[in-house]
Amino acid sequence: MLRADDLTYEHPPGPGQETPGGVRHVSLEIPRGGIVGILGPNGSGKTTLLRLMAGLIKPASGRVLLNGRDLASRSRREVAREIAVVPQETRLAFDFTVLEVVLMGRFPHLGAFQLEGDEDARLARQALEDTGTAHLAGRMFPTLSGGEKQRVIIAAALAQAAPVLLLDEPTASLDPGSQIEIAALLRRLNARRQVTLGVATHDLNFAASLCTSLVLLRQGRVAAAGPTSEVLTHEHIRTVYGVDADISFNERAGHLTVVPLARAGHH
Amino acid sequence: MPMRRRMAFTVLTFGGLAAAACLIAPLIGSTPLSLRRVFDGSVPFAENPDAQIFFVARLPRTLAAALVGASLAAAGVVFQALLRNPLATPFTLGVSAGAALGAMLAIIFPVGLAFAGVSSVPIASFAGALGAVAIVYALATVRRQGLSTTVLLLAGITLNAFFSSVILFIQYLADFTQTFRTVRWLMGDLDVGSYTPILAALPFMLVAFAAFSVLPRALNLLTLGADAAAARGVDVLRTQRLSFFSASLATGAAVSLGGPVGFIGIIVPHLVRLLVGSDHRIVLPAATLFGAAFLIACDTASRMVMAPMELPVGILTALIGGPFFLWLLLRRS
Repeated sequence: MLRADDLTYEHPPGPGQETPGGVRHVSLEIPRGGIVGILGPNGSGKTTLLRLMAGLIKPASGRVLLNGRDLASRSRREVAREIAVVPQETRLAFDFTVLEVVLMGRFPHLGAFQLEGDEDARLARQALEDTGTAHLAGRMFPTLSGGEKQRVIIAAALAQAAPVLLLDEPTASLDPGSQIEIAALLRRLNARRQVTLGVATHDLNFAASLCTSLVLLRQGRVAAAGPTSEVLTHEHIRTVYGVDADISFNERAGHLTVVPLARAGHH
Repeated sequence: MPMRRRMAFTVLTFGGLAAAACLIAPLIGSTPLSLRRVFDGSVPFAENPDAQIFFVARLPRTLAAALVGASLAAAGVVFQALLRNPLATPFTLGVSAGAALGAMLAIIFPVGLAFAGVSSVPIASFAGALGAVAIVYALATVRRQGLSTTVLLLAGITLNAFFSSVILFIQYLADFTQTFRTVRWLMGDLDVGSYTPILAALPFMLVAFAAFSVLPRALNLLTLGADAAAARGVDVLRTQRLSFFSASLATGAAVSLGGPVGFIGIIVPHLVRLLVGSDHRIVLPAATLFGAAFLIACDTASRMVMAPMELPVGILTALIGGPFFLWLLLRRS
């Protein structure tokens, strides 16, 4: 459904990095209804790849295809009706209520001077219910906890009614309880609303609990890709993260778990 | 309340306030007027001193206050949204410093730039404002293809400091009367004398407000950040450019008409947000109308407090604005 085709985009090295950031010759596919995790250490190009796939930045070379059509040929509004994005954190410059924030998701569906109508209000309320945040509707967004904020931003993405949802480190600044909640919410949205998910994260266990397939990035290139169980191997984790890890299936969690043991010695 | 009703309610209440201010302010002064006699149709205008004082002597000043107040308040709202910074003012990006430099050059080197009945000082200050806008924009876009709001802010602050030092330097070289006139200009003065300067500034303000009318929803989304706005379908660069140029135009026109009247552009937006929330579809029209009423009230008060002497209106707004600004800072932290 959403396909990256030989994407290259480079930017100067970030703080503490020696090699330039960005991605080089990356191809991957997020199938309809799939949950694909984009994994890699800090600076491996996860966020760049996600922004490219959302059409927020233009690749130096390569294309992003949505249902076979190049994103570059479509307007911002058109793309926003198909792809919604959830960032790691959202800070408002001014105080808006939760309901107002969720209604902002309706932007790409409204004309320049058009006001939100009954249908927009209904979709916003539905999105609030589906994310378990209906009781927060009247609260000021900045007064919410990190986990609540993230669920509201996911609600805004649902109100946007885009079939694809791309999330950039959605749980990186959340406590464990909220992380589990977000993972459960995303699985539920995928199962019930058939939302296609692309999740960039460096949390291996979060990815293992959620994703059906993974793409492992290292220095802007794809190091491994495939079903979660095939990508999460001792060898891959060693190559990409430079750590020796214990990887085993946890019966109670119902998914693979990764426990880093020690920084891997050089061969 | 549905959005349509909220918008109508806002325009009616704040519009009523602005209209009342426009009608009442000219009645107040050394010669008190009666509204009934001013609008007494049975007496010809030439024989009606109340109407003459109202329409010839006092109404231009009131209308100038209304336009300057409305423009600065609306520009404040737009700059705060553009820079995603509640402490931004219409003067943050150097527009007023450019205008001040222009005005001062016209005062100290009078070359008779007058055009269509408008004297050289407002024309030069408007030109100075446009010059500052061009410099700041060029600096903010020179490095990347996008518009960096961080660079915009830094360029504006640097330009403010640079222009201020140039102003001090020229003042140092100028003689005493010229220096006094420039200092007096910096305090703001809404006593425009006739309708001509108002009519000269009005077209620029109207263009700016036409641009403001398409901005509010995009400004709401910019609150979430540039990337989040873009991901929801906002053409961020277009919105930023339109915001920057229209708010700068409104500021430049307002400053050339009434001088750099401070703090209106930050007090009014925040008072309005306290009353009506943050949705720019409500805040922008409310701040426009409330800004008009607020500056008319300040100007009337500045005529009254030391009568028969007048206090420059900029001093009064700064006296109110300084503590307000501090309160805002402390409340946020």
